[in-house]
This record gives sequence, structure tokens and C-alpha cells, in this order.
Amino acid sequence: MLTFTIRRLILAVPTLLFISLVIFLLLELAPGDPMAQVPLTVPPEVKEKMRLALGLGEPGYIRFYKWLVQFFWVEPQILFDHMFGTTFAEGKLRIISWQHRGPVMDVVVERLPQTLWVVGLSYIVGIMIALPIGIYSAYKQYSMFDQAGTFITMIGYSIPPFFTGPLVIVLFSVNLGWFPFIYDTTHEVVDWDSFVYQLRQMIMPVMVLALQTTAQISRYMRASMLDNLNQDYVRTARAKGLSEKVVVLVHVLRNSMIPVVTVIALGLPAIFGGAIITEQVFSVNGIGAQLIGAIQANDLPTVQTLTFMFAFLIVFFNLIADVLYGILDPRIRYD
Amino acid sequence: MTDTTNTEPTTPPHSQWYDVWHQFKAHKGAMLGGIVFLIIVFGVFLGPLLWPYDATYIDIRSRNQGPSLAHPFGTDQLGRDLLARMMAGGQTSIAVGLTAMLLALSLGSFVGIVAGFFKKLDGPLMRLTDLFLALPILPLLLVMMMLFREPLSSAVGPERGIFILIVVAIGITSWMPTARIVRGDVLALKEREFVLAARSIGTSNKNMITRHILPNVLSPIMVSATLGIANAIITESALSFLGLGFPPDFPTWGRLLNDAVQYLQDYPERVFWPGLGISLTVLSVNYLGDGLRDALDPRIRGR
Repeated sequence: MLTFTIRRLILAVPTLLFISLVIFLLLELAPGDPMAQVPLTVPPEVKEKMRLALGLGEPGYIRFYKWLVQFFWVEPQILFDHMFGTTFAEGKLRIISWQHRGPVMDVVVERLPQTLWVVGLSYIVGIMIALPIGIYSAYKQYSMFDQAGTFITMIGYSIPPFFTGPLVIVLFSVNLGWFPFIYDTTHEVVDWDSFVYQLRQMIMPVMVLALQTTAQISRYMRASMLDNLNQDYVRTARAKGLSEKVVVLVHVLRNSMIPVVTVIALGLPAIFGGAIITEQVFSVNGIGAQLIGAIQANDLPTVQTLTFMFAFLIVFFNLIADVLYGILDPRIRYD
Repeated sequence: MTDTTNTEPTTPPHSQWYDVWHQFKAHKGAMLGGIVFLIIVFGVFLGPLLWPYDATYIDIRSRNQGPSLAHPFGTDQLGRDLLARMMAGGQTSIAVGLTAMLLALSLGSFVGIVAGFFKKLDGPLMRLTDLFLALPILPLLLVMMMLFREPLSSAVGPERGIFILIVVAIGITSWMPTARIVRGDVLALKEREFVLAARSIGTSNKNMITRHILPNVLSPIMVSATLGIANAIITESALSFLGLGFPPDFPTWGRLLNDAVQYLQDYPERVFWPGLGISLTVLSVNYLGDGLRDALDPRIRGR
């Protein structure tokens, strides 16, 4: 298992390098000129100097190398310095956003909590709803509940968040006036009332994202439970007189959770992708909104860094899913 | 005891596709999905011939109207008829969905068959598939839209340029699941006796693939086709919704939804129709795929 983990970790390095190269080459082809916004009265020599100041003078491979160094070496040092008060990264050049003229990572750190709160909470809520639905619809296969569950998950698959989002806004904000439909990022939780306000403004984005999660995971849970319910060990467990509750919720559930746990790990990066849209709908000021803003402002360093962070999440969670699968299921032997 | 006296077939022999159709008919959701999808396609492509208003005709005096007999879905902020815009938008959305699906499907089937059939290419092609699967699709699509929008629009015209860009972008980022499924099936098929028999009479690789392998992997390909349409329509709408799809005056369902969201406070009902268009199409196509999967699986068929 350990060798497998190490092998996967080593394999992840070229994958990440390849992805960062793809992203870099894509952006390299960008016809957009960062100097396009500069007034025409600025003379060409000055423009050339400004271009150099942005680090655009060097050939592509040097810039790619510099970006790699900044992302994998300088930025972790900054984080380390920040946590332990050391000065490893003193005076080193960081990835600078063209839009804010400041380090990209500072903005990311500012915005990440909003995304993490909304995405993380929605994922947890989605799983909490999906697992019981999946278990019960498998236990009562072809019952009314199962049919309804199938239909609802089909709807969850088919209705994109950019439709459910406006729909719940129309219903609960415009018509009923229960929840605010603009997410107030500056809101701070200090007492009970502000906590309630925070809860109210989070409900809609969380539920919209959770619907997608629920649809997928309850499907997997149901299929996995169905696979296990007909196994011999279930009959044995019933035959030795265990109560139905113990049979289903201990014996079957534990075995059914093996593939579902990996699906949960695999789905997390996709949820971050979905958060881009949900953030746009509810005006949540997270990293998805930052990416959209950077794309519209032609801010290539930010776009590159953020896209790569999404890729990193995918590779990382794929790795976790693979390793988890091996740990949870003793029948799986990678070596 | 089984009754062995009656060995006469009760029904006349029929082809495989008759069986498939028979099984498909039994799946109510799939039938309904198929019918709804056909209605949407016909309505969207033939509707404009019957409907008097043009999708781009601006009648500023009748702007922001609610539903009426003349404009069943109302009009938008420039007085354009929303029903006509829904139909024009549906044409684009469905055309993008179908073309992108075809592109992704042919890419995926090609990679899958080649990887499954030729052992030497299996490793590299599957590593490539894994790499593509690790790409962050939505952010990359957004980046591609941002980068290639202007040059392509100026090269082949704004609408066609964006159409090509969206189709290609969706196509090359969504072929991987098809490739994996097809490869798995090809690997299993290669071990079967009929392939060995064909090999023994000297069938060339080309004939082997086109005559023996391809017809047998058709069913997973068809199922991924339906899922591909749904996926492509949702992706196109998402891009248009984020303002990185088609130009503002060019209606698609995602674009209409985006326009409607801007007037959410004053005219909340406008959000409904484009969203319903997207959701209904995707839902019907998904059910269609569900039914096809059952109908094309010979193990389930006949039950």
C-alpha cells in the first residue's frame, strides 16, 4: 500500500507538470495584449518598459520556469513564513496579478474562505441528504420512494445550477422575501443575530450546490447497496438472527460505503467547478468569481494560477480516492 | 418440471433492432423522453416558420410586456418577442449540443477503439486520457473562450466563429468517458471466439475493426451519445450564462437566461422559459439514454 501511494505520488508530478504546461501554452497563444488598456498617448518605448516590468520580455520557457518556481517554491515559503514567522521568502518575486498589481495568492487567500464555506457546507449537506435516500431506495427497490428518488435525482442531474439558482431566488427572495439574494461577503458573525443572517444568506447557494451533489451520490449509494444486499453474507447475517437494522446499517452499509467514499472524494473538485457558476448567480465573492473577473480583465497570471489550482485539486483528490479505495477494501491489492 | 414439448417458436423471427425497439418501448420514461425531445427539436426548428415575429426584431414600444396573446412568453427589454427568441436560442443550443456530441463521440470512439485494439498504443493513449481527465474543464473552457474568441470571430464572422470555438472546445474536453468505456468493451471483445475466427481466416485489422469490433461497441457509443448531448447543452448554456459564450445579440438558452437574471427583480418570470428549455431537453435526453442503455443491453432485454 505504501509503495502504491508513493508510486502514485511520483506519477502525480509529471501529470501536474503537463497540466501546468498545457495551461501555460494556452495562455501563451493569447492574442490579448496586457498593454491594450494603456492610453495611446504613452510612447512605444515606455510601453516596452512596462511590458518588461510585467516580466513579458523573456522567452516563453524562461517565464514558464519562473512561474513554476514561484508557484511551487516561493509561495509555499511565504505560507511557511506566515505561519512560523520566519523570513525564507524575503525579497523573492511572487506571482503578481496584472489586475491588482499585488500578489495573486493574497487575493486567493482573501477569497478562499467564502468558497470553502459555501462549497464545503454544500458538499456536507448534499452527502447527508444523499446517503439516507440512497440507502432507503435500495432497501425498498422499485417502491414509490425509490421511483420518486430516481425522478428527483434525474432532475438534479438535468437542471443546471444556473437555472435552480435564479429559480430559488425568484421563489424565496423576490416572492417570499425570506432570504437575501446577494451574498454579503463583508458580513461578520459576532452575535446570534448576525449568525442567523449568515445562515440565511448561505442557505440558497448551499442548497443549490447540494442538489447536484445529492443527485450523484444518492445514485451511487443506491447502486452500491443493491450490489451488496443480494450477497451471501447478508443472508448469513439474517440467518444468525441479527436484527434487520444491524444487517442493513452495519453489515451492508459498511461494505457499500467503499465505492461511495471514493466517489465522494472524486466529486469534490467538480463541486469547485460548479461553484464558479453558483458564485456568479449569488454574487459570492469567492475564487470562482475571482477567476471570472480575471478572465474578463485579461489578467493572465491570475488565470494561470487559479486554473492550475483547480487542476491541482483534481489530481490531489484523485490520488486520495485511489489510496482510500485501497485502504478501505482489503480485496484491492495494487502491488 | 419444464415443458419441453412445445419447441416451436411462438413469434416469427425478427432482427436484433426489432428486439431493441421492443425493449425500448417498454421503458415509459425513455419513450416520454424521446417524444419530448422530438417535440422540442421540431418546435425549435420548424416553429420559426409559423411564428410571425423575428427573434431579432426590435419593437421598442412594446418592451417589457407580460404574457399576452400576441406574445405568449412576453417581450424583453428591447421589445423582442421572447417566444421567437426561445426558438432561435433553442436552435443554437441544440445544434451546439449535437455537433459537439458528434465531435466528442468520434474522438472518444477513435481513441477507445485504437487503444483497445492495438496493445502498443494502449498505454500511451490511456495515459493521455487520464491527463485529460485531470484537466479542470470549466476553467479551461472559460480560458479558451477568452483567448480565441476575438481571432476566430474576426476570421470567420462572430456567430460562426463562436459556434466553431464552442463546439471544438466542448468536443475536445468531453471525449474521455466515451474513450474509456469503448476501450473496456473492445478489450473484452478481442478475447471472444468470433474475433479469433475472423482472425484465423485472415481478416485485416481494418476490416476487423469496421466489421466486427465497431458494430459490437455501438451500444455503449449510443448511450454516451445521449449523455454527450445533455452535457454539451449544459456546458454551452453555462458558458453563455457566464457571458463567455455567444455574443449578446445572438440568442441561446444560456444567453437568454443570463439576460433574464439581470432583470430578476423587476421581471422574475423571464427566467423560467429558457431554464425550462434547457432542463427539459437535458432531462428528456437523459431519460432517452437510460432507456437506450436498457434496450441495448442483451442481458436485460426480454425481461
